[in-house]
Amino acid sequence: MNGVALRFQELQKTGRKAFIPYIVGGDPDLPSLPRVLATLVENGADLIEIGVPFSDPLADGPVIQAASVRARQAGCTLTKLLATIKPVAVRLPVPLILMVYYNQLYLRGTPRFLEEVKAAGVSGLIIPDLPPEAAVELQELAAKLGIALNFLVAPTSKEARIKMAAAASTGFLYTVSVKGVTGTRTSLPPELPAFVRRVKDISPRPVAVGFGIATPEQARKVATLADGVIVGSALVQAITEDPELKKMALLARALREAI
Amino acid sequence: MPETLMAALDELDEAYQRYATTPEFQQELAALHRFYTGRPTPLYYAERFSRELSKGQVYFKREDLTHTGAHKINNALGQILLAKRMGKRRIIAETGAGQHGVATATVAAKFGLECVVYMGEVDMARQALNVFRMKLLGTQVRPVTSGSRTLKDATNEAIRDWVTNVDDTHYLIGSVVGPHPYPKIVRDFQTVIGQETKAQLAELTGRLPTYVVACVGGGSNAMGIFTPFIPEPGVKLVGVEAAGNGLETAEHAAALAKGKPGVLHGAKSYLLSDPDGQILEASSISAGLDYPGVGPEHSFLKDSGRVEYQTVDDQEALAAFTYLTQTEGIIPALESAHAVAAGIRLARKLKPDEIMVINLSGRGDKDIPTVAKAMGVEL
Repeated sequence: MNGVALRFQELQKTGRKAFIPYIVGGDPDLPSLPRVLATLVENGADLIEIGVPFSDPLADGPVIQAASVRARQAGCTLTKLLATIKPVAVRLPVPLILMVYYNQLYLRGTPRFLEEVKAAGVSGLIIPDLPPEAAVELQELAAKLGIALNFLVAPTSKEARIKMAAAASTGFLYTVSVKGVTGTRTSLPPELPAFVRRVKDISPRPVAVGFGIATPEQARKVATLADGVIVGSALVQAITEDPELKKMALLARALREAI
Repeated sequence: MPETLMAALDELDEAYQRYATTPEFQQELAALHRFYTGRPTPLYYAERFSRELSKGQVYFKREDLTHTGAHKINNALGQILLAKRMGKRRIIAETGAGQHGVATATVAAKFGLECVVYMGEVDMARQALNVFRMKLLGTQVRPVTSGSRTLKDATNEAIRDWVTNVDDTHYLIGSVVGPHPYPKIVRDFQTVIGQETKAQLAELTGRLPTYVVACVGGGSNAMGIFTPFIPEPGVKLVGVEAAGNGLETAEHAAALAKGKPGVLHGAKSYLLSDPDGQILEASSISAGLDYPGVGPEHSFLKDSGRVEYQTVDDQEALAAFTYLTQTEGIIPALESAHAVAAGIRLARKLKPDEIMVINLSGRGDKDIPTVAKAMGVEL
């Protein structure tokens, strides 16, 4: 069993919902990454998503776009990011998941990309612009290497697509809460509970909900519906506002307690 | 493509199959082309251009004479008829040179739909006239300040808008790029260029051309004129990419010549990206060719060898711009000037009984400030 699925199994045994923070790798710079990851773990992260900065993050809103630009300007590349993750990953008690746009994986070549990711100690992948029907080769190779794939479903996904994404996901099913890009919202969509229930009914995999969740109050509501809660932009913003990470630590702690 | 859009793409695919092939749809589009666009556009024999450069005959397909001044209107009309039938009330588009933006703003005005056009800040500065045209047409032009602030980034922003407003919004993509079914839909709506060209040339000369030449950014005018000639083995098809400051520099837009296979905006095609998969910034004097990718069908036609792709740099395009202006009294768009430049090179090869058709995809009025600047003239 891959590291992501294993973690969800452990959590389910104890009745705990997963808190899954997302940060952009290399923002504000690569040397900060080990400290950011350690602080998230100290404050209750169960799994951590690391976004690979990309020139054209079309699923992302302004906060993560800006973080991506900063990270690239500070010299973060895929190679350097993996090299920074490698010594840290073995010591961290939580699985790391890379969120990577498909061209970055494609240019590397799927087999080489997966081997490098595996060697760096990464447990899973999220590819926000790759639907499962276009990922046949990736599914085979990732399964062999024990790397979890976590596909996405959206409020527009019909039942057949939810089934397909759930079947292809070997970690969790990433349930996008809103029609839109990543970023904080003042409120959760009123249709969210019904949508998450529909996904949960169909999916044999754990269901984690992300996009637009920023506050402990929102996280608490989502945790009553799903197996995991993903928070990105709000934490990324907190890192930007306070590079000492106190603000991020406080927010992570509050989210953890709410979940 | 993000999962949120997969259902919308399926819906578009179904709507296209259901409506676009019906006689009622075809008749409505044909009537609009005749009375609104001004089709068929002339196939013009360029006598002086031919005599000075060639032993053969050179013709220009005059898409520059369409309403709004470029071939982009062909696709905009087709897609808005689809959007109406799909019950969409809002149209969004990306634009580089502004020609697609103007065409979209035009059809949105005509059909009474709300319209938002995304345009990179850099392109807004060099195509200020088209920005104002769109505003006059009642369209909201939203400046895009991310990345290279050109066409690629405008496309990202349009996709982000579509993800957010997918229920009531149609994304009217302007070229043969993006996810399926767009490359096919845009090609089909542009194929009227090639169909007319073939029929007009048969009527005028009874023959097929030896060469058909068109510029390629995303590649919609080229797909439009090439498609009916692809099954004719005697017709050489030549696509022309922008070499910007030169292929040996980083400042060009020649995805087919210098790119590698990659995935951008939901399509696999030749793409300018670095070994880490970051998309590189394209560069060309012509905003409409300034895209780091290219249509997936062009990528296929390159690999199959059916189309030969060449490149023309900024200087050669400017020289061709001036030459056509002064020999035929036709001011071409800078995009089309790339095709003209390749045509000038090829003209020498024509034998007396051979014909070359160059697609004059748009007119150059929008480019006058850019050309003046390149010549060091202050207006």
